Amino acid sequence: MASKSININLKVWRQKNAKANGAMETYKLDDVSTDSSFLEMLDQLNEQLVTEKKEPVAFDHDCREGICGMCSLFINGRAHGPETGITTCQLHMRSFKDGDTIYIEPWRSKAFPVVKDLVVDRSAFDRIQQAGGFVSVNTSGNTIDANSIPVPKQDADKAFEAAACIGCGACVATCKNGSAMLFVGAKVSQYALLPQGQVEATDRVLNMVRQMDEEGFGNCTNTGACEIECPKGISLENIARMNREFLKASSK
Amino acid sequence: MAKSALLKSSIAKKYWMALTGLFLCLFLAGHLAGNLQLLLPNASEKFNAYALFMTTNPAVKILSYLTYISIIFHAVDGILLTFQNRAARPVRYVKTNPAANSGFASRNMAVLGTVILIFIVTHMVNFWARMHFDKNIPLMKTTISVKGQEPREFYVGTGDGQYYMVDQVALEGEAKDTTANMMMMPKQLKIVNRTEVYNAGANVKVGNVYKDLHKITVDFFRDPKVGLLATLGYVIAMLALAFHLWHGFQSAFQSLGINNKFTPTIKFVGRAFAIIVPLLFAIIPLYIHFTK
Ligand code: HEM
Ligand code: SF4
Ligand code: FES
Repeated sequence: MASKSININLKVWRQKNAKANGAMETYKLDDVSTDSSFLEMLDQLNEQLVTEKKEPVAFDHDCREGICGMCSLFINGRAHGPETGITTCQLHMRSFKDGDTIYIEPWRSKAFPVVKDLVVDRSAFDRIQQAGGFVSVNTSGNTIDANSIPVPKQDADKAFEAAACIGCGACVATCKNGSAMLFVGAKVSQYALLPQGQVEATDRVLNMVRQMDEEGFGNCTNTGACEIECPKGISLENIARMNREFLKASSK
Repeated sequence: MAKSALLKSSIAKKYWMALTGLFLCLFLAGHLAGNLQLLLPNASEKFNAYALFMTTNPAVKILSYLTYISIIFHAVDGILLTFQNRAARPVRYVKTNPAANSGFASRNMAVLGTVILIFIVTHMVNFWARMHFDKNIPLMKTTISVKGQEPREFYVGTGDGQYYMVDQVALEGEAKDTTANMMMMPKQLKIVNRTEVYNAGANVKVGNVYKDLHKITVDFFRDPKVGLLATLGYVIAMLALAFHLWHGFQSAFQSLGINNKFTPTIKFVGRAFAIIVPLLFAIIPLYIHFTK
């Protein structure tokens, strides 16, 4: 497909720091190649801003390969933009038309406070993970090779699918309730499906769910929006599994 | 930890929502079966007998208390969850596109539930409260012609496994001997509180005169002033119920952790339930209002 240049209007959330009040600012950006990625378009905007001696827009990114989960952005009302199954770094400007107005906002959640502009603090996810998203392994020299424990192929596949979660937070951002249950469901499932995860299964789900609630995430109402917007296709089955694990653990 | 988690945790709240919601679905099915008798020939007697059964049978009493508790718990928990969920996003998005990833019903459960709650309250004031507390509630009458006599009106009652025809005059005091009037009518009945039939000699309660809930219902939806409004209100509430169930039925199973090879069937049954039940409920007032 031949590359084109388009002119676009941007409405970007600008906020000096965590304490300041933010607002949407409007920018005009010309000659954007449809081959450039969304983040390259923002780089181009920032060059323009720097030339104009203005503060560039802060946004999160790292690998730009769709694997690290660092990029975010709520684009035209959707997490990671209009396409499904991809992160913002994998979104390209060919998804937009000449003259389009593009709204860019940070993830909105009580548990993800804005640090600056489009950057939010997602350490709430780390704290949930630390509350139980691990297995304790003896590493004193007699560690058993993981592959020596037989795992049914079906379970291994499901655990692998759950483990594909990159912790980007799109599920929280898109959920009308700001619920983190897809993320936590994936993290609980990844261990619940494997024999190695059984030892700590009870504490894991109780502690992770407690931490999730303490962070101020909302409650899932099964709208299914997260499943559609998740760049890794994590399925609602994982939330159901977490709910089962939770009941099992609570009744112990 | 485990105990408090079962009450306070987000997932526990979801469990309670799902359990009370599904119990209310059972209630709906039972209530519908009763109401559909309004469409039968001889509706008056069948429906009034059913209404009496529903207000006096002890097993039904337990179920009805469970239903009241479920509705209150479901509504309070639902509203609580909705406020918590709003608080989880203190700064809202400027631009949203919710239709891109979720259905209308799933996003509006609280609004739909509130419409249903308003309906339940008005519905209970109009019918339930009258059945339970209205001292001047009309009683079911029937006219019987006996050979060689003028046709006379009797109140219809039941108890002890038989039907009674109670002479109208009897309501004021001691019943007359009405055995002549073809029904199995024990001698010497006494009427207490307009509706309770006592064996005057032994002073034991033997039955009840039917409260005419059928007449109340029919009059309500045929009222020249508010009948149309009442019918429309009923239909709108059933529409809200349909949307609530469209999402709610299958959602309850997901909340309970059931998402497996039966899920497509559950979704299908849920959607069929969400259409059929409110539709049948709504047909009843429409039928009553538009046929006279
Ligand atoms: C006969 C009446 C009702 C029935 C059969 C019913 C049924 C259901 C069902 C099955 C669910 C799904 C539960 C889940 O997702 O786990 C639900 C959710 C919900 N209901 Fe009802 N409901 C009724 C009345 C009400 C009322 C009166 C309210 C009052 C506000 C209400 C508010 C809600 C809310 C807010 C939800 C979403 C909760 C969530 O998913 O977290 N419902 N309902
Ligand atoms: S579940 Fe999906 S959307 Fe949520 S954090 Fe993981 S990868 Fe991102
Ligand atoms: S920058 Fe790593 S996933 Fe987008």
